[in-house]
Amino acid sequence: MRRLPLLLLACTGCGGLRMLDARGPHVERLRSLWDLLFLISAVVLAAVVLTMLGALLRRRGGSRSQVPEVEAHSVPPGGEGARPVDAARERRMGRAVGAAAVVTLVVLFVITVANASTGAALARLRSPDALEVQVVGHQWWWEFRVQDADPSRNLVTANELHVPVGRPVILKLNSRDVIHSFWVPELTNKRDLIPGQQNTLELQADRPGVFKGQCYEFCGMQHAKMGFVVVAEAPEQFEAWREHQLQPAPPPTDAVAQRGQQVFLQGPCALCHAISGTDAAASTGPNLTHVASRSTLAAGTLPFDRGHLAGWILNAQSLKPGNNMPAITLPPDDLHALLVYLESLK
Amino acid sequence: MSTALPTPPEPASVRDDEAWERLYLERTWAPKKGLIGWLSEVHHTEIGKRYIITAFVFFLLGGVEALLMRWQLSGPEKQLMGPDLYNQVFTMHGSTMMFLFAVPMMEGVGLYLVPLMIGTRNAAFPRLNAFGYWTYLIGGVLLYGGFLLNVGPDAGWFSYVPLAGPQYSPGKRVDIWAQMITFTELAGLAGAVNLIVTVFKHRAPGMSLNRMPLFVWAMLVKSFMVVFAMPAVMVASTCLAMDRLIGTHFFNPAEGGDALLWQHLFWFFGHPEVYIIFIPALGMLSSILAVFTRRQVFGYLPVVLSMVSIGFIGFGLWVHHMFATGLPQLGQSFFTAASLMVALPSGVQIFCWLATLWGGRLWLRLPLYWVLAFFAVFVTGGLSGVMLGTYSVDQQVHDTYFVVAHFHYVLIGGAVFPLFGGLYYWFPKLTGRMLGERLGKWNFWTFFIGFNLTFFPLHHLGMMGMPRRVYTYGVDRGWQSLNLLATAGAVIMAVSITLLLLNIFWSLKRGEVAGNDPWGADTLEWSTTSPPPSYNFLHLPTVRGRYARWTAAEDQPVVTGVRSDRKEVLVTRLLDAAPDHRAELPGPTLWPLWVALATGVMFVMVIFTPWGIVVGGVLLFITLTGWFWPRPPYKEELAPEQPS
Repeated sequence: MRRLPLLLLACTGCGGLRMLDARGPHVERLRSLWDLLFLISAVVLAAVVLTMLGALLRRRGGSRSQVPEVEAHSVPPGGEGARPVDAARERRMGRAVGAAAVVTLVVLFVITVANASTGAALARLRSPDALEVQVVGHQWWWEFRVQDADPSRNLVTANELHVPVGRPVILKLNSRDVIHSFWVPELTNKRDLIPGQQNTLELQADRPGVFKGQCYEFCGMQHAKMGFVVVAEAPEQFEAWREHQLQPAPPPTDAVAQRGQQVFLQGPCALCHAISGTDAAASTGPNLTHVASRSTLAAGTLPFDRGHLAGWILNAQSLKPGNNMPAITLPPDDLHALLVYLESLK
Repeated sequence: MSTALPTPPEPASVRDDEAWERLYLERTWAPKKGLIGWLSEVHHTEIGKRYIITAFVFFLLGGVEALLMRWQLSGPEKQLMGPDLYNQVFTMHGSTMMFLFAVPMMEGVGLYLVPLMIGTRNAAFPRLNAFGYWTYLIGGVLLYGGFLLNVGPDAGWFSYVPLAGPQYSPGKRVDIWAQMITFTELAGLAGAVNLIVTVFKHRAPGMSLNRMPLFVWAMLVKSFMVVFAMPAVMVASTCLAMDRLIGTHFFNPAEGGDALLWQHLFWFFGHPEVYIIFIPALGMLSSILAVFTRRQVFGYLPVVLSMVSIGFIGFGLWVHHMFATGLPQLGQSFFTAASLMVALPSGVQIFCWLATLWGGRLWLRLPLYWVLAFFAVFVTGGLSGVMLGTYSVDQQVHDTYFVVAHFHYVLIGGAVFPLFGGLYYWFPKLTGRMLGERLGKWNFWTFFIGFNLTFFPLHHLGMMGMPRRVYTYGVDRGWQSLNLLATAGAVIMAVSITLLLLNIFWSLKRGEVAGNDPWGADTLEWSTTSPPPSYNFLHLPTVRGRYARWTAAEDQPVVTGVRSDRKEVLVTRLLDAAPDHRAELPGPTLWPLWVALATGVMFVMVIFTPWGIVVGGVLLFITLTGWFWPRPPYKEELAPEQPS
């Protein structure tokens, strides 16, 4: 029981628990179940610790160093130091234990029912006009494929997912290599991405905001740096984002950017990455068509700016050891041109 | 086979029958001398002690790994370790604590105490016992040898495929892990079979099943769980090794295998594993509670039944480790209900103990301190376990630090606290000396405070979204202050363990001399000397009630007539422990060691070449033949005559 105030203190000290800071209907449902379980736990822990302390205060065996006498009704007459047991008290204790067991059973039943009804409530949230997004896990980045009824309007992006506020999103989860797990604490529950199996998860944001998500199943060397960002925005803004992402990459406008595009296409970059509207169409690494429109680099772990971009290209291994991007050696001019080109891919 | 007895003293010069018999027993049961003698030892107290000491060394190594991880996570973007080393360290920490510390430690305590508690002279299969210990040691050395050579496993103690498969974990790291599993599980099975037969057939006359000490019950339930759980993980690790070494596709979805098959096999072992660790701890707690409340544990039958039902239900809820894998609705509901169900027997167990506390006269000594701390810590872990066993909540906190907090509360609270309580309680029996009281209190309070400081904040971190098994995190996540707090707690725990080590070393030399029964305890191990002689009991005790020593406080009835010039024990009937016949147990030999080494050669060589099977097979054939080669029966003519 000493811990409850500590926990409350911790809650205020750290500006809220993100999981309990629901920003969507799914997490709100889960949160009420959570509150119930937390309440039950606090009461049970308090009861156990208080009973224990009560016993401790009530019946000390006298001197600490002397062996107290034995109390047991099975001790035969003449047994050394035996004291007769209080039969009435034993019966009372038996009744108390029995009652506690019944209460436990009832509480467990309540939890089972609450769990089932939460599951049913979550299932009811599904709606037919949901946005469908295919999420593909890779070591160690995320591929998001936003689907549309018209297949020509499907778009591909990486590590940053935009969703419209107030509209359910159905995520179809799959993995290209090992098992990953998808979770955005404020918006969803958690679901694994398993090779050879498709899982489904719903997500809905009720308010605009930028939410961090991450991989939660250990997936190898850079499990720690497999993050992503979910941007929840008003439906109009989302549609604008979608329209923009559907466009091929803007052609380079100045000479430097043109040189940069050549560096990209002729160098090793195009072996792994795709930029629509160019010849680069590989899918080993993230699609870079609108890379400059994203706020992060290296799967949600670095801010997107020129310094980090340059560092990433030249020696990705120093920023995220073990990832699959090789170090690229470029003359300064080429690097500059490449950076200018990539930054133009808004 | 101690056939060559030295000439006994002249019968006429010995007046005292008892002294004469003691002399005989000493000569019959005395260990062989020297290094060979040490290596060929098969007595259960010696094997048990080796298990305990080895497991404790691994506990310290696992603790150092934990400290390294906590140091790395004490702030964002720390550079103590890179991801490669960190992943090895957390895999080593988990594998060490589960496979090389917790289970073997419980095994060792059981092997040491059970034959003493049931009043016999050795475990039922002494040589199998020695074999188990050697395989365990080889497994541990293999794992740590690999780690030092930078082939430490790095796919987690759970080694999920496909990550642990040949494609995503090339090299030998996971192979070494898989083989280590097989070794330690061999040891586990050997110990379990041994304990089951010992408990069923070698109990002292009169110790019917319903008079067995609760610790013996706990060990029995645990051993049965081992027999059913360990084969699952051995099958799994063998399939994994085959996928990796000879190109089978059990777990490869691209070729029709299934990645989830691994998780089912692993957790079908992995969840019972927790109870395999926890149930012996229940037995220790019951032993300590009876002695330090000076009364019998309230509700013997409910307590036994709760242990048995925890053992059963423990096999029915492994899927709650897989709630995030996308189960069908019915599976979710079933495994949620099954997971919650285990809270009922656990609750009954706790209520009975609380009643024991309530109805007893508390004798506040160090073993009881650890038991009382257990209540607060374990119940906290059990309650977060109810949350995690509930499907809808688990989908939120699964694979976050909330889970890390939960299972450290359950495993440290449910196993390490009772173990330390047991250490303070049984140390006098093992060594003949008491552990120091003052250092003991420092040890207790620093551990209790350090533990809560380390692990309580992790609940909170998990709810803030911190994933498990990450070697670093960004500055912007807001996780640093709680992580720093947890690291501070871990340092306090390290100080506490240092105090414990100091206490042990100091007490071994200068601790207060304990005597046979310093606590006025109720079980039979306290009726012999501390430490027990190589033959355990001068006369095999008989039992007249549930609390053998208290019931027989006046005069302990004994069995006479068992030969003292051979390693003879009494075999009793399963239910009522009525004497059935006398049996001779095998004595010290080097063969178990050779067989364990041959097994080791086979399993290690197989990692590098399929010829390992052939070479190992030949060696196994030779050594096993040596072990089981028929020997001439006991040479009657060498046996001296019993004095009149």
